[in-house]
This record gives sequence, structure tokens and C-alpha cells, in this order.
Amino acid sequence: MSLASGNAAADNPRRIRFREPQIEMAHGAGGQASRRLIEGLFAPLLFKSSSEPLGDAAHLDFGGTRIAITTDSFVVKPLSFPGGSIGELAVNGTVNDLAVSGAKAEAMVVTYVLEAGLPTPVLEGEVCAMADAARRAGVTIVGGDTKVVEHGKADFMYITTTGIGRPLPDLKVDPRSVRPGDKILLSGPVGDHGVTILLARGELDFEADLRSDTRSVLPFVEALAKAAGQGVRWMRDPTRGGVATSLNELARDCELGIVLQEEAIPLHDAVRGACELLGLDPLHIANEGQFLAVVAAEQANAGLDALHHTPGGEGAQIIGEAREQSAGAVVVSTRYGGSRVIDMLVGDPLPRIC
Amino acid sequence: MKFVDEFREPEVIRRTAEEIRRLADPNRHYRIMEVCGGHTHAIYRFGLKDLLPSNIDLIHGPGCPVCVLPMGRIDDGLSIAEQPNVIFAAFGDMMRVPGTRGSPLEHQARGMDVRIVYSPSDALKMAQANPDKHVMFFAIGFETTAPSTALTLMRAKAQDIHNFSVFCNHVTIIPAIRAILDSPDMRLDAFIGPGHVSTVIGCRPYEWIAKSENKPVAVSGFEPLDILQSIVMVLRQLRANEAKIENQYKRVVPWEGNHAALRAMADVFELRPYFEWRGLGFISQSALRIRDGYAEWDAEQRFEVPGVRVTDPKAAQCGEVLKGVLKPHQCRLFGNECTPENPIGALMVSSEGSCAAYFNYEHRKTAMVTRIASVA
Amino acid sequence: MCLAIPGQVVELFPNQPTTALIDVVGVRRKVDLGLLQDDMPVKGDWVLIHVGFAMSKISEEDAVDQMRTLRMLGESEAAMQEVEGYGLENLESSEDLAS
Repeated sequence: MSLASGNAAADNPRRIRFREPQIEMAHGAGGQASRRLIEGLFAPLLFKSSSEPLGDAAHLDFGGTRIAITTDSFVVKPLSFPGGSIGELAVNGTVNDLAVSGAKAEAMVVTYVLEAGLPTPVLEGEVCAMADAARRAGVTIVGGDTKVVEHGKADFMYITTTGIGRPLPDLKVDPRSVRPGDKILLSGPVGDHGVTILLARGELDFEADLRSDTRSVLPFVEALAKAAGQGVRWMRDPTRGGVATSLNELARDCELGIVLQEEAIPLHDAVRGACELLGLDPLHIANEGQFLAVVAAEQANAGLDALHHTPGGEGAQIIGEAREQSAGAVVVSTRYGGSRVIDMLVGDPLPRIC
Repeated sequence: MKFVDEFREPEVIRRTAEEIRRLADPNRHYRIMEVCGGHTHAIYRFGLKDLLPSNIDLIHGPGCPVCVLPMGRIDDGLSIAEQPNVIFAAFGDMMRVPGTRGSPLEHQARGMDVRIVYSPSDALKMAQANPDKHVMFFAIGFETTAPSTALTLMRAKAQDIHNFSVFCNHVTIIPAIRAILDSPDMRLDAFIGPGHVSTVIGCRPYEWIAKSENKPVAVSGFEPLDILQSIVMVLRQLRANEAKIENQYKRVVPWEGNHAALRAMADVFELRPYFEWRGLGFISQSALRIRDGYAEWDAEQRFEVPGVRVTDPKAAQCGEVLKGVLKPHQCRLFGNECTPENPIGALMVSSEGSCAAYFNYEHRKTAMVTRIASVA
Repeated sequence: MCLAIPGQVVELFPNQPTTALIDVVGVRRKVDLGLLQDDMPVKGDWVLIHVGFAMSKISEEDAVDQMRTLRMLGESEAAMQEVEGYGLENLESSEDLAS
């Protein structure tokens, strides 16, 4: 999970509030545990100001020139899966973090941590995948670094990408600008990536015709900016932790409630089937090619229309809205009048049988 | 999804909810217990409480196999897996359940080979694929799941697979229901019966609830319309002063149960004289252990187990919540010391435990929540 | 407990008689049919799946029956509301109809 703080304000007391004795897998899953680590340990020590909400990228001012910067690391097993591989994820993930912060990625540097014993063809394959993805996303890779670690560490390879880009004009995203009645837009079906990975690991012995949705969401951001510029309040790419985690963070940051209409949430049949079989909630599953936006009510339909007319955005939907009630919480409502709260997960979603 | 979507049809749900409102006597307060944790989860997931009139209270029963598992048993299972070359295999439900020295996932972080399986047969396959390791399958579940473990053990024996064992924590539902009804502070009007357990044991085992305790039972499916129709059924019985067992889940539950499943269970398992249920205490004849004929595949016989009893902190009121005497938020630890992230008691650990379900799905729905300033 | 999902038998294996390939809206897995050995399903049958084992055959007839019963709920109610809509319940006699 990449988070950045954009503000250099007065130093806050360097109080570490993270009290857990050791790091667990849950701390990397993008949910509550991750949040605690970042807000409780990294932020007090690293970031100058902890009063700004943490965003996907930092926008900095260099004497009048504004630059956006973000970084993300990619750890995935298996390296390669239907729809993509770690190389694509590494490029698209950083492009997307910049895009949803309202910036167009221009250049990237890459770090590889490689495991001794990694077959060269595998490395070549991933580097080719990155080159292709960078080309498609219009990003230049300008440098990088490599380290090799002992066999048994690094799961073949870990990749980190750091991207810089230009903030898009007319887009100013800030969760505190969200108002009751603002609509939540989602670019397309959720859960494809996470379920693809889960099945690709082979441990659960399921098969499905599913692919990762990894892609750049910049075209959607640009289309939305053009159609609804002033009305776009907030954007995020719902990666690890899924739509539920992103919207819970929003609800906390804007201090409003979010209500979603269950039947409006786009879902591929196979994702639905896998989630029912494994007891998972699609709203908690990672996506690598979708984006969420909060748009003022008056411009929401224009925004949706623009997404529909962008290649790959045909499945976009308005899935809910912000409201005063149940502030700080995300509620999913059904057509027949029932509702449930959906929270951030602690760690990764686990299959269940009960 | 066939056999799922039909039972989620909004218009029919609305009308069934109206029928419930029509049938519920406004001068009466109904307490209906759903026994099975899966029903608890479904009720919250589908927001069914929102559809019921305020004089119907759904009380969550003890049918959550993770919730009723004493911490000492988790410690025992993990201590077996601490031996060299042992793989600890279990359902995802078990992975975050804390033992005294941490959960299976926390043990994995410290180097133990812990793997999630979807099926006991996958654990057996894992043994075949890893001949130099021993796979210990940590089995949990009521009668729904026990037959699958039984069949897997039968296959292990038939195929001579010796690097495999089961740590058996299967429990049976009827003694749990008896313990609830025997409890002096209980007042229940009717039951929503566990539909999937009943695919194995059938509907006959509940007959004493109607005959001796005079309470209606509707053996229920898990879709919104199933649960709502079951409520209609018991309300109609209550109105007519009847008490009988009805099979709401006819499309799946055979009245006589599944004989092949019962045979497999009888072949492989026998009843333990007694077993400790977290929150409910010791209950006789309520749990299964592996018969001597399969001793070689019984982890408790193949390995040394500490067998230490771990008692819950006195402040935790799990027992009262399990029995339906208290609602989750009425426990003094709920939401403060005891949360899904830091579960003190078992009901907060499992996602179908009443406390976790209430915490995750319900308690922030209408309250205005002030900004969470600190995440410590 | 207990997560169990309906799936359709799409393939049987002559050399593995207790195994079937089931499909749940495009997700597929082999399941063990050992618990249904007294009444084995055939291709096209629907079964209830729990932890990789088929627990029971699903009766389409019973499912249809149940939905029919549920749909009828409130139909007599709806019919009554329609009649009430005519305002007939406040009439003293049939002469009022004529006036």
C-alpha cells in the first residue's frame, strides 16, 4: 500500500503509536493493520505533518512547478497469472497511484530485488512485460537498481517502482471536499484480480475463466476530469483490501457515511461464484485496473457517461453516495431494504467453510 | 446463480416480510434462536433484521464450531505442528484463532509450515505430494463437515497414506441445543434449525424439541427467503399453539438424513464421553473422536499432546452471549478490549461468531461516529 | 457452519467413480461424491457442495414448489387490497351502488 504526505508543515511530536511487537503478514494487506503501521510508525517518524489525510501520491511544489511522486512495491505469487504478471502490475500500479491523485505519470525508476537461482528467461519475461506496460501507459523508464539476495528470499523477485508525473489541470482531489449527496462512481467489475491470483496459486484447486484486470486507469481519470472536472472530489484505485477498504478510508477522512447499492456493484459471474464458494466478499478483494471516484451529484451522470465512452469503461456504474447518516462507516443496502456495514479487513481475506 | 438468486428475489422478500409482520402478535415478544453460525452470518449479511418487526428478536445460537473450540485445543494442535517436518493444514476459518502463544498465522510468521485448505481431501493430497513431511489436518465442524473428514480418513487408510493424520475437534449439535434449553436463564419461543447439519442428520433428531420442550422448529436454508419463510413457519405454529418440526429446506434436506454420510461417520468416529465447549462448559457425548481402527491417522494418538486447559478471562461473557442471554454489545468487553482484531473471546474470532458478526455488520449502522483520532 | 453452495455436475470420470467436475457460474472444481453413493448424481444434476464434497442432490421440483408457495404469500392479501380499493366495504346496501 503506498501512501504519501504532501505537506511540509510544522513538526509534530514524534510519538510512535505502533505498539505491536512484531510485523505480521496482516500489516501488508492494505487493511486496518497496514493503516496502523503507517499511521502509527512511519508517519510520525517520516512525515513532517500528520494532519493532512494520506493520499496515493504526493504533490510537491518546486518553485512554481508542481510534480507528483509516488512509489509502490510488488510482491506477488505466482509471478505470472492469467491477464498479466508482476511486471505489468509494477508499472500499472504506480501509474494508477499517480492517476488517482490527479497526475499523469511521465517517468519511472525501478528497483529489482532478485532471488539467486531465478532463471534468466523468467527475469527477461518480466522486464519485457514492464517495457510493454510502460509503452502502453506512455511512461518512460529512466533508471533503476538491482540487488540479488540468497536463494529462499524474495520469492523469485520483488519489484519497486517510483513514478513522477505532472498534475492534471482542473483536478483537485481532497476527501474533505466530499459533501452529502455526492455520488460514488466505479469504473468496472470488481474482484477479478484478487480471485485470479487466489485461483492461480492452485492451493484451492478451483478453475475459472478469469483474468487479472491490471491496466492503467489514467484514461478514465482524464475522461472524468474533462467531463466533470470541478465536481471530482476524490479518487482512489481500490487495490489490496478492495473497494471496502478504500471507501472506509474515505468515510473516515471526510467524516461522512457512505451507502452503496448492492445490485449496482458490477461483478463478473465467475468472481461471484468463487466468492460464494469460498465465503469471500467481492468488496474486500484486490483490483488492479479499477478506479473509484466521488463526483458532485450534478456532474455524476456526465462523469459516468464519459467513462462509458472510454474504451474499457463500458461497465462503469454509480454504486452509491455520501450521506450524513452513519458517518465514518460504509453501509451496503439491498433492494429489499436490508443493509449491513462493511468494514476494512484486518488482513487478507481468507476463504472460510463456516 | 441457480438455486440462489430465486431465493433473493426482492419483491418476494418484501411480501414475505409483510407476512411476518401480519403474523406477529403485537402483544407478544418473540425470541427465536437460529442455532447455526451460518444463519447468524446470513442474517447479518442480508440485513434481515431490518425487515423484521421490533417484537421479533433473533437470538444467536452456539452453532459456530470455531467459537466453541477451547483455546487449549488450538494450543494442542499447534504443538503437534511444532515438530519438525509437520505441515499444519486447516480451513481458513482457523487461521486467525488465537492460541495462548498466537494464532496459526502468527505461528506461520515465526516459521511454522501452516497451509489453508478448502477440503480435507486437499490435505490428504498434500500428504501424497509431500512424502517427506507429515500433514496434520486440524478438523473442525459439526455434523455437516464430519462425514467429509470421515471419508477422507477412509481413503487415507484404503490408499495406505501414512504421512497424514487428523486432529479431530468435530462436535455434535443436539447436545448444544439441549444445553441451551436446560439453561435456567433461557426463554426461547422457537428455533430456526441448522439446514446443512440436517442434510446429514435429517430432521428426526429435533423431534424432542417439539415433543418435550413444546417449541416449534423450522429446519432452514440459508438464503434470505429461506430464513424469512422459516420465521413465517414458526410464527404460524406459535399462533396455532402448535409445536412440530418443519422442513423448510426440502429441496436439499432429506427427512431421514444422509445414510451414506452417517455410515461413514459411524465407521470412523465414536462419541467422546465428554468434551469442553468454550462458553458452555463440559457437555457429555457431544464430540467425536477417531476410533481405534483408524488410530494411526489420529493425531492425538500419534503425537504427544499437552492437553492443557485454558480458561477464558473472567471478564469475558462469552457463555452468556453464546446462550443468547446477552446480546453481543451487552458484554462489558465488546468493542473495547474485545474486537475482531484483538479478540478476547471466541465469539469475536470467527466471522460467524455473534460478536464478530454484530461488530462487523451492525453496530455502526445508525450511530453518528466521531472521527477516530488515534489508531493505537 | 456451514457454507454450502449449489453446483451442477458437468463431467463424470469413468475411472474415478466417486469424483465429479462441478460448475458454479463458471467456477469449476472436482468434488467427492462419496457421500452420495446411495444415489449417485448424473451429469446435469445439481448438488450441494461443502468443503469439496457433495452433500445432497438438489430437487428442482421442491425449489419450484417453494417459490410458488412464497409467491402466493400476499397474493390473497393483494387481492383483498384491490377489493378494498373499490370502496365497497363502506356500503350499507346495494342501493348505494346505484346512486
